[in-house]
Amino acid sequence: MANTHALDAHDAHADHAHEHHAHPTGWRRYVYSTNHKDIGTMYLVFALIAGVIGALLSGMMRLELQEPGIQIFHGLASIVYGYGAGDAAAALDAGKHMYNVFTTAHALIMIFFMVMPAMIGGYANWFVPLMIGAPDMAFPRMNNISFWLLPPAFLLLILSMFFEGPSGAHGVGGGWTIYPPLSTSGQPGPAMDFAILSLHLAGASSILGAINFITTIFNMRAPGMTLHKMPLFPWSILVTAFLLLLSLPVLAGGITMLLTDRNFGTTFFAPEGGGDPVLFQHLFWFFGHPEVYILILPGFGIVSHIVSTFSKKPVFGYMAMVYAMVAIGGVGFIVWAHHMYTTGLSLNVQRYFVAATMVIAVPTGVKIFSWIATMWGGSITFRTPMLWAMGFIFLFTVGGVTGVVLANAGADRALHDTYYVVAHFHYVLSLGAVFAIFAAWYYWYPKMFGIMYNETLANIHFWITFVGVNIVFFPQHFLGLAGMPRRYIDYPDAYAFWNRVSSVGYYITFAGLLLFLFILFQSARRRIKAPANPWGEGATTLEWTLSSPPQFHQFETLPRIDSKSDH
Amino acid sequence: MSLNPSVHAPDERDLKGVFVAGQFLRSFGIALSASAALLPGLALAAAGHPEPGEIGMQDSVTPIADSIHVFHNGILLWTAILVSLLVLVLLAIIVLRFNARANPTPAKFTHNTLIEVVWTALPVIVLVIIAIPSFAILTDQLTMPDGQRKYLGENIFSFGSVEVPAPAITVKVTGSQWYWTYEYVDQGKSFDSNILSEESRLAQVPVQPRLLAVDNMLIVPVDATVRVQVTGADVIHAFAVPSFGIIADAVPGRLNETWFNARKEGVYYGQCRELCGKDHAFMPIAVRVVSADAFAAWMKALQAGSVADANATLPPVSAEPSA
Repeated sequence: MANTHALDAHDAHADHAHEHHAHPTGWRRYVYSTNHKDIGTMYLVFALIAGVIGALLSGMMRLELQEPGIQIFHGLASIVYGYGAGDAAAALDAGKHMYNVFTTAHALIMIFFMVMPAMIGGYANWFVPLMIGAPDMAFPRMNNISFWLLPPAFLLLILSMFFEGPSGAHGVGGGWTIYPPLSTSGQPGPAMDFAILSLHLAGASSILGAINFITTIFNMRAPGMTLHKMPLFPWSILVTAFLLLLSLPVLAGGITMLLTDRNFGTTFFAPEGGGDPVLFQHLFWFFGHPEVYILILPGFGIVSHIVSTFSKKPVFGYMAMVYAMVAIGGVGFIVWAHHMYTTGLSLNVQRYFVAATMVIAVPTGVKIFSWIATMWGGSITFRTPMLWAMGFIFLFTVGGVTGVVLANAGADRALHDTYYVVAHFHYVLSLGAVFAIFAAWYYWYPKMFGIMYNETLANIHFWITFVGVNIVFFPQHFLGLAGMPRRYIDYPDAYAFWNRVSSVGYYITFAGLLLFLFILFQSARRRIKAPANPWGEGATTLEWTLSSPPQFHQFETLPRIDSKSDH
Repeated sequence: MSLNPSVHAPDERDLKGVFVAGQFLRSFGIALSASAALLPGLALAAAGHPEPGEIGMQDSVTPIADSIHVFHNGILLWTAILVSLLVLVLLAIIVLRFNARANPTPAKFTHNTLIEVVWTALPVIVLVIIAIPSFAILTDQLTMPDGQRKYLGENIFSFGSVEVPAPAITVKVTGSQWYWTYEYVDQGKSFDSNILSEESRLAQVPVQPRLLAVDNMLIVPVDATVRVQVTGADVIHAFAVPSFGIIADAVPGRLNETWFNARKEGVYYGQCRELCGKDHAFMPIAVRVVSADAFAAWMKALQAGSVADANATLPPVSAEPSA
């Protein structure tokens, strides 16, 4: 009797300690968090805030480009940096530079602070452990620092906009590619150093995250889940993590050399000291090309699950899907100089990069056709996530075929650094990656937060965005073919018509963004409880076996994967 | 400065030897030029400058731009359109036939080796067909004419039939923040080319297009091959003229090379194509192609006096561009 009592007391105490340890509340729950789901949520909130800021920046650009001439940026520069009424010429110059600052910040924010945090930090943190049947990430405390490096990095980037860049102007206006000498002797002020430090921090955050994912996926899969039984989303994250791990150090090296060129008298990229500006471009794109696959690969994984769920069919050609991603990741490392066809590469080098780049179309085609084959014969319900996933497939195809056009150095001669390129990469990113992010959001929202959203409004959000982004970016193909260069604050009057159409598309897209925020607000107000599995029999991955939202620590008893089960 | 080896000696015509089905492909190529001409974009296009609402490329006046046009409008564009339409049609069929109401019981298949092989092999074949002219055009672009070598021109599946003379003049183009400097290397004369202020632009008759008009155009003779050497003085710029199908980065410390041979007199505009700071959008390029006689007179005046004297020998720019 006494013994039993003692045991009971002990248990109660243990439970209490466990509770206390496992369920921190208030600000400690988040700031000190080692829980993959809480960290994932913080990443998603961070990405949402950064995404709205990035979208506002592009809105100013579209507003400016709506008409030929310079309409708003000189005024904007006057407001932000305080040029008086008598300083019209100075305000105009500041405005021109400010436009470049906006294009630069828009790109950096959308890449490093919106898409990557959403896809990798947000969804992968949330769902890689859930889908492989793990209780948490392999290194929960490292997961915490991965996230908390991001806000300071973002802050540094925002701060850079208020420090001197080129003499007499503020901010980094060198494009996200920060090519020297424009990023060295061209902008001697501290703004560029802030941006470089920002990239260093964001890069360190991503490298730590990548190590965490690789370790988690290799070591913490549930018993019975071999790599070839692992769902496609963790597979896409595994490939992405390897790309991050291998490419980001090269960027870090490149921008460190930039930093020493700027501050300590080295001449890695300065021809007057025996250096070479094109060397930086090689280093940058050795990182930069894998980076664009880093942005889209998680989307491939997400779309596979959504397509399979709503077709009530397993993914078609699972092995081909896995190895297509591995191939895209691998080949992605040896095509970087197709961004540099005009820099003076020799004929044979250009021939090689044309051939290697076109090869990527093959595994990408395999993925597109396999998604279609997954849907073929299915019994499809067109719920909101499915609409976004199908939108993704079509728009990514359009972005992919213009990629094949640009891969040909001979044709790139006409299109390099024009709006055609802008249209191409926004079709694969703004319409590809972002559609995948929204698809995942509507797919996993009930699971993550335990509540439903208004599906009618969410469908309207899809259609507004689909129409809007196409009106923004499709005409940019025409502008590029006609020769309009990118990163221009003003353009010859002949380009006015399609620029105006493109700006109208932005306003439509922005209305979609406002609707999205309203859907979030409404869902949070109404709190309609979500079932454990709102999508029915097609949703077969492990996260749907848990409650919505899952308990604070899941899989305290590891699930066993039947050796005969499907992926 | 190191001379960049981007332009190769003409004997490097190795790739043409790979062609196996020359005759067939040649006729295919002629059909392509015809299909290219059918595209609506070309109906609107003009040479030398963009037209309002244009959806295609600016008209071509060089063999290189001819090749790019046929390649893009005849092959790449159709491939892009057909692949996109194929995916769209398949998605439409899926929506109509495989929605839950029309097909309540989902199929269970997950593999089909034959179709997987087909959709891997077919794109490879399409890419090889694209690669044949792609490599030939690339070789053309990077091979400086020597008077012997034949160029593809519009017939991109041929072994080359367009004769191009060896370079008659060499122009060194230097990009600076934010203007261009043109140096006639053999004549030892150079001058700057700046964007025209709005007042001077509107004062000219006829009025040149906004943001494209410059004070001193690059003057070259018609039907002559011009060797263009490009470098940067401060940051990287890029010298691009769409109607010639050329672009070369102006990189400090490097000398990049390209060439063109324009067959039609007129003014051909371009713009800086590498972000170079606040006035990136305000350093246009204008190349005026004139008759051999006019060029000789212009050059004589340039060598005797200033660029203003030389420009005075030319008639006003004809009234074609109004955009």
